[in-house]
Amino acid sequence: MDTKLTTKPAKEGAKTMNQPVAARQSVYRVNDLNLWYGDDHALKDVNLDIKQNEVTAIIGPSGCGKSTFIKTLNRMVELVPIVRTNGVIEYHGRNIFDKDYEVEELRTSVGMVFQQPNPFPKSIYDNIAYGPRVHGVKNKKILDEIVERSLRGAAIWEEVKDRLNENAYGLSGGQQQRLCIARCLAIEPDVILMDEPTSALDPISTLKVEELVQELKKDYSIIIVTHNMQQAARVSDKTAFFLNGEVVEFDQTDRIFSNPSDKRTEDYISGRFG
Amino acid sequence: MALPEKQPVQKKFIDPVAVKKSISQRLVVNNITKIIFLIGLLFGLVVLGILLFGVVRDGAAWLSLDFLQNAPSRRPDRAGIYPALMGSIFLMLLIIPMIFILGVGAAIYLEEYAKKGRMTSFIEVNISNLAGVPSIVFGLLGLTFFVRNMGFGSTLIAGALTLALMSLPVVIVSSQEAIRAVPQAMRHASLALGASKWQTTFKVVLPASLPGVITGIILAVSRAIGETAPLIMVGAAIFIARAPEGIFSEFTALPIQIYNWTSRPQADFQGLAAAGIIVLMVILLTMNSLAIWIRNRFSKRY
Repeated sequence: MDTKLTTKPAKEGAKTMNQPVAARQSVYRVNDLNLWYGDDHALKDVNLDIKQNEVTAIIGPSGCGKSTFIKTLNRMVELVPIVRTNGVIEYHGRNIFDKDYEVEELRTSVGMVFQQPNPFPKSIYDNIAYGPRVHGVKNKKILDEIVERSLRGAAIWEEVKDRLNENAYGLSGGQQQRLCIARCLAIEPDVILMDEPTSALDPISTLKVEELVQELKKDYSIIIVTHNMQQAARVSDKTAFFLNGEVVEFDQTDRIFSNPSDKRTEDYISGRFG
Repeated sequence: MALPEKQPVQKKFIDPVAVKKSISQRLVVNNITKIIFLIGLLFGLVVLGILLFGVVRDGAAWLSLDFLQNAPSRRPDRAGIYPALMGSIFLMLLIIPMIFILGVGAAIYLEEYAKKGRMTSFIEVNISNLAGVPSIVFGLLGLTFFVRNMGFGSTLIAGALTLALMSLPVVIVSSQEAIRAVPQAMRHASLALGASKWQTTFKVVLPASLPGVITGIILAVSRAIGETAPLIMVGAAIFIARAPEGIFSEFTALPIQIYNWTSRPQADFQGLAAAGIIVLMVILLTMNSLAIWIRNRFSKRY
């Protein structure tokens, strides 16, 4: 994980973002992924290469398969009983569809933040400690430390530090979503999947989550589905444009938004449909 | 996202004058239905009130500490309900763990593990049907299976198993509903953190549905405690002087004792029966209040 730090240029500003950073390791390599809900072909020959410590945005109109795709990355999509997939998704070189790859293991290194904030009806502390406890951490001191670190990581520590034992449902929607991000950080993941994380939030909470994404990018690889194109432009390094289950274009975000190579991308971005 | 274009002026289908005219008529219907519903409520309340009044008038004089501590006797002034009371309490203590483990287990399996399909819905429909089977049929089943085949005889355990069997369908259905009411988002949150299905069920789904589950269990137990027919079939003793000593003792229960007393001609025994009803009712009301308290105290809002 640390090797890429040394190969990265010392100053990484907006300028270098235009150039492909070949030195970065791939987190996910998606090869010819197809997915069906029953007879409905929801993902068609998807090929993507997702790099470490980047924010990858997935945009596209409703029903284009972007949520399906992100849920496939941690195999949450399989909770729908009629789902069939073929193709390969390599996570750090290992196919996540392999028989001996347990979903529990995968989901411990790939955290997920959902569209609607979904804290457990437990205290703030227990919400964060849930993941570590599930994975066998019992020591109260260690749990305390994880809780504080995760809440700090999600920029919500200052707001909740005096009421860790209160029910998480007392928090505002925006705070709940950051709590969910903190809960996700507590399992010390490597990738964070975000499925339209701000669609239920007000503009100020949205801004906070977006700033957080920039912050988190230093330590995590982030894949974010959004229907808000400005958001994709603001937060992401790379953008994939999905349409009818296909990846129309996948490139550096500023290229997608300034000089897309596909007509359909241009139409979508300029608001002609979607 | 695009703004709707300016619409041409449309013809209106709702005529404001006609609306104004019909309003007074609609309000009359409104009031009539309100009165009908009120009568429905009052009917139940009044009958219940008369019943309670009658029972308390007849039985209150017989209530005393001795009544709770004595065994039944041929002499009304020395008769008590101690063995029946203890029998009912023991039954309750045996039934609760049985229906909790079996009922909640079945509900968890049906909701969380079973593949939704024809087989599952066939099973679910039949469980609901079982809830409607007359209790005496369960009594017959208990007599055949527990008393005779398993060789328990007319003992406390045979009675408890029979009543548990009778309560199970209700417990399974109410637990299923409580489990189903836990939002999918909770399960997804847990699964996405790498928790296994069992951890998700045990740490998230079950705690969130527990108030509903417990409410269902208490209501089912209350009903079981008031049952007479299955216990008569199983062969609970009509007259017994001592509290049960273990699960293989003979036993009697409150409803049976009450039934026994009401069938005697002497007025004094009618009074004793009324006093027994008061005791049974206090137990039931306490349990139901407990159920309501649990529901209000612990129920979670999502």
